[in-house]
Amino acid sequence: MLTRAEHRRGIGLGILAFAFVSLFVGLAVLALLGFDATPSHRSLFDAYTWKVLQFTLMQANLSTLLSIALAIPVALALARRPEFPGRLWILRLMALPMGLPVLVAALGLITIWGRQGLLNGLLLNLGLAEPVSIYGLGGILLAHVFFNLPLACRLMVATLDRLPGEYWLLATGLGMKPWSIWRFIEWPALARILPGIAGLIFMLCATSFTLVLVLGGGPAATTLEVAIYQSLRFDFDPPRAIALSVMQITLTAIVLGLLSLLPSTDQTLPASGRRVQRFDGQTWSRRLWDGTVIGCATLFILLPLFSILAAGLQADLPRLVMSPAFLEAASTSAAIALSSGVVSVMIAIAIISARIAIGDQKQSGKTARMFSTVLAATSSLVLLVPPVVLGTGWFFLLRPWGDVTRMAPYLVVAINALMALPFVMRVLEPAIGEHWRRTARLTASLGIGGIAKLLRIDRPVLLRPVLLALSFAMALSLGDLGAVALFGSNDFVTLPWLLYRRLSSYRTADADGLALILGIVCLALTFIGTSGIGTDRSKHAGR
Amino acid sequence: MPAGNQAPQIRLDSVLLTLGDTQLRFDCSFAAGTITAISGPSGSGKSTLLNLIAGFETPDAGKVLFDDKDLTDRHPSERPVSLVFQDNNLFGHLDVFTNIGLGINPSLKLTEQDREAVSRSLAEVGLTGMERRMPASLSGGERQRVAFARALVRERPVLLMDEPFAALDPGLRFSMASMLLRLHEQTKATILIVTHDPDELKRLATNVVFIDEGEVIVQATTEEFLTRCGVPAISQFLSG
Amino acid sequence: MRKIVLSIFLTSVLASSALSQEAKLTIYTYESFTAEWGPGPKVKAAFEKTCNCTVNFVGVADGVALLSRLKLEGETTQADLALGLDTNLATEAKATNLFEAHGLDTGPITVPGGYSDDTFIPYDYGHFAIVYDTQALETPPTSLRELVEGDPAVKIAIQDPRTSTPGLGLLLWMKSVYGDKAPEAWEKLRGRVLTVTPGWSEAYGLFTKGEVPMVLSYTTSPAYHMVEEGTDRYQAAAFSEGHYIQIELAGLLKSSENKDLARQFLTFMMSPAFQNIIPTTNWMMPAAKMSEKLPEPFDRLVKPQKTLIMDPAEVAKNRQAWIDEWLAAMSGR
Repeated sequence: MLTRAEHRRGIGLGILAFAFVSLFVGLAVLALLGFDATPSHRSLFDAYTWKVLQFTLMQANLSTLLSIALAIPVALALARRPEFPGRLWILRLMALPMGLPVLVAALGLITIWGRQGLLNGLLLNLGLAEPVSIYGLGGILLAHVFFNLPLACRLMVATLDRLPGEYWLLATGLGMKPWSIWRFIEWPALARILPGIAGLIFMLCATSFTLVLVLGGGPAATTLEVAIYQSLRFDFDPPRAIALSVMQITLTAIVLGLLSLLPSTDQTLPASGRRVQRFDGQTWSRRLWDGTVIGCATLFILLPLFSILAAGLQADLPRLVMSPAFLEAASTSAAIALSSGVVSVMIAIAIISARIAIGDQKQSGKTARMFSTVLAATSSLVLLVPPVVLGTGWFFLLRPWGDVTRMAPYLVVAINALMALPFVMRVLEPAIGEHWRRTARLTASLGIGGIAKLLRIDRPVLLRPVLLALSFAMALSLGDLGAVALFGSNDFVTLPWLLYRRLSSYRTADADGLALILGIVCLALTFIGTSGIGTDRSKHAGR
Repeated sequence: MPAGNQAPQIRLDSVLLTLGDTQLRFDCSFAAGTITAISGPSGSGKSTLLNLIAGFETPDAGKVLFDDKDLTDRHPSERPVSLVFQDNNLFGHLDVFTNIGLGINPSLKLTEQDREAVSRSLAEVGLTGMERRMPASLSGGERQRVAFARALVRERPVLLMDEPFAALDPGLRFSMASMLLRLHEQTKATILIVTHDPDELKRLATNVVFIDEGEVIVQATTEEFLTRCGVPAISQFLSG
Repeated sequence: MRKIVLSIFLTSVLASSALSQEAKLTIYTYESFTAEWGPGPKVKAAFEKTCNCTVNFVGVADGVALLSRLKLEGETTQADLALGLDTNLATEAKATNLFEAHGLDTGPITVPGGYSDDTFIPYDYGHFAIVYDTQALETPPTSLRELVEGDPAVKIAIQDPRTSTPGLGLLLWMKSVYGDKAPEAWEKLRGRVLTVTPGWSEAYGLFTKGEVPMVLSYTTSPAYHMVEEGTDRYQAAAFSEGHYIQIELAGLLKSSENKDLARQFLTFMMSPAFQNIIPTTNWMMPAAKMSEKLPEPFDRLVKPQKTLIMDPAEVAKNRQAWIDEWLAAMSGR
């Protein structure tokens, strides 16, 4: 269905994106490997590494399992109740944890779940002798669920909402009970996306660093990412850092490979655009259940955010906001977030175009199909390359060419863009794929191409997913400290870096204020990402 | 589409419904065991009429009667109706057999007889042996036939169809209409079919209910209806 | 499109590249030194008055990152001086062969434990201490032993020696006091350790949020709260075995092209003009005489009876083994 030129362009874009990603990662790794460091004489596969490895896998598996298992009932309840009061806000709220610097969220969680937290306060009042301690595996799981349940939930609700409205009419007409609806409609729809979501969450949890150390209670809780950081920043042993990174990537690739073997069903038929109306779950017990589930999930996410709000309001916000340091950091953050968001979306679009172009060919060669798979794998595995490896490698590469700090913004943009790529792909690939399947024949037959196609065919449909992807990527970049911390200097300060600086020089009130501001900015971003949804509903309301 | 002598007459008695800014008011009846076409300009409320009968909408006032039995407050699954839509009649991720089987038992607990019934129904619609096919591998017409097969196994006396052939090409529409007539011969169900197509209306329906702006403006036999050219909305409809 | 977006949004960020004057002194340091409230701006202003030059601070995350940065850059580094290493890093830093003997009279410098070196000059110091919340803890431990053997329900937050300087400090402190018995002591202390954070900020954040009544920090930490916040709530506990010390050092790089100017700065560093700035901006103790009196709250700080310090060479040699020992004690079943 694509013309020869479109074909070439699609694959060309893919090659370009692939070249960019693999060069960016590969050169950094090569640079580090080439570094003439005194070897540490530490064997890589000692008992320590083995323990760390085991723990990394164990906590990542458990975190993934828990996040998904708990997200499913919440997503089902939200999908069942399109008219639930504040539904849109709950979904927006769910984008928030991801945009917060990890430490801020951890401190927020502790004010609720910690020894002196809200919950223990309640329990002690009820007569419990000892506070319940979350430090250890429990705390790590709690924090990972806090970050990833909302992510999983959003992706699941989006999938369930996309199911054709007729399905629910049919289900009701056929007299399906909740269990049958779950078995024949909801589960098959979710099962299709679960391997992807699980893979994403697994990667996020496997590479977790600050959360694991702060809430882990001791060095028994150590991930490979900690070992990588240690070997590069403290021991300065680049070869070891690379070896550990390779181990991290290989292991996760194996897990992702296993996940991709899970049976996933065929694509559903394209939706008819009929207004989605649910008729199941109208009994009071179901309403109560759904209300409770949604309420609990909302509280779970909201309470730590409230504690961030409460702490932030104690800060001298007007002074903070008017200070030149803040204004500069804010504009730097905005520039970095927007640039990396745009770059990430562009790489994703290039990769998706290439995959569509390859899939469109009747007899695409083995090489082409391989390339398509490699592109998909690259876009997700890139999340596993520790920023500290990328940063140090590029620092080393760029140093001969001048002052690295001047190039730091570009590097941070690139690193953030790559980190966001898996998320962006997750949002854009189904949307663009579906759009293409629906419109490809028509646009080809009408001979629409170029700008006209972009403006008239693509923009109206794809604007929303692109904005959603962009807001995801921007939120991620806004909350990121890892990449910036590598280059952070006086001339290059982002908001999380500023926050961390205040924190590291006793200025906790300022840090609380900055955390609040970051949270508000992220919420504003999710507005952009979900802007279309409200109007979409009202458009159908009169039908 | 089951044993015909039990097929009920359906009546909407002063049914009132407000949807957004639109007020709908239906007062009409559908003869037992016949095919009635529901027509009217788009947005006039045809689908809403079906939804009221199926139970997906509850009237603000008035009654929905099946053979004088008031089913207004009954859940959709408790009404003796089967449904066929224009599109998405099949769950895309389930094979043909499962899609039909769900019509017999929504938990898919099927006896040997039930399984045979599924295969028989497929034979009836000319899709013998297609049990394991996935909907995506079927043509649009074949998918609608599977929906018919499911309606057959459900053995409900009322069949509600919302533009079931609108997405098919004219030749296919013709053959599907013949099939529907043939099946109706067997089952004598009460069939309500929303259609935009005057030819289809002439071919299928013995009665017509014509709706405009949320109200029934004509209720007549097809022959009678075709002579009512004086009403602008109808003449516009008939001229295509 | 990509290029346009990038250049539009990034040029503003990059626009601040400085114009070079005749003499420019580049000093690598940690970023809290260069923060607007840190010593950096004042030091820069004070030194520039005397030298007819420009001081350019380059701030990296911390002392460890500073050394890594120098290792990465090797002899091509822009740095004339490195300011912010500590005694535990000194041996490793010397082993890089990037530093040159300062050749200056370090007479004005007096630090507890009497550290002196021909390559590095101390500019400030601080003793590690357990800082506690007086509202949550009435009787703080009075010795390391009491800390180790105290009530496990009263918790402490410490830092990880694998990733942070204070964490390494505590490791050495325990080693100095307990020697070979350190693993057993760690196993005991483990029950009181609420959590081990990657850096100082996380642990101190937990502490000020009220989650733990004790945290590993410095004897000078209470001074910040007293001077800047006017509260006596947070105090350091004096330990009878003595306190391990962290001495912060500056050194001259071999590759520097401004060695005279750099030495001039090191001399300035030992003078009251520099030392006056340190206590209330870096929240550490001055390593040489000040011309001003220390603010009153500093008089109320814990003054360690005994200073513990290990030979840097020994630390460098054993660090990995001791960390492994610590790991085993802290994570064993």
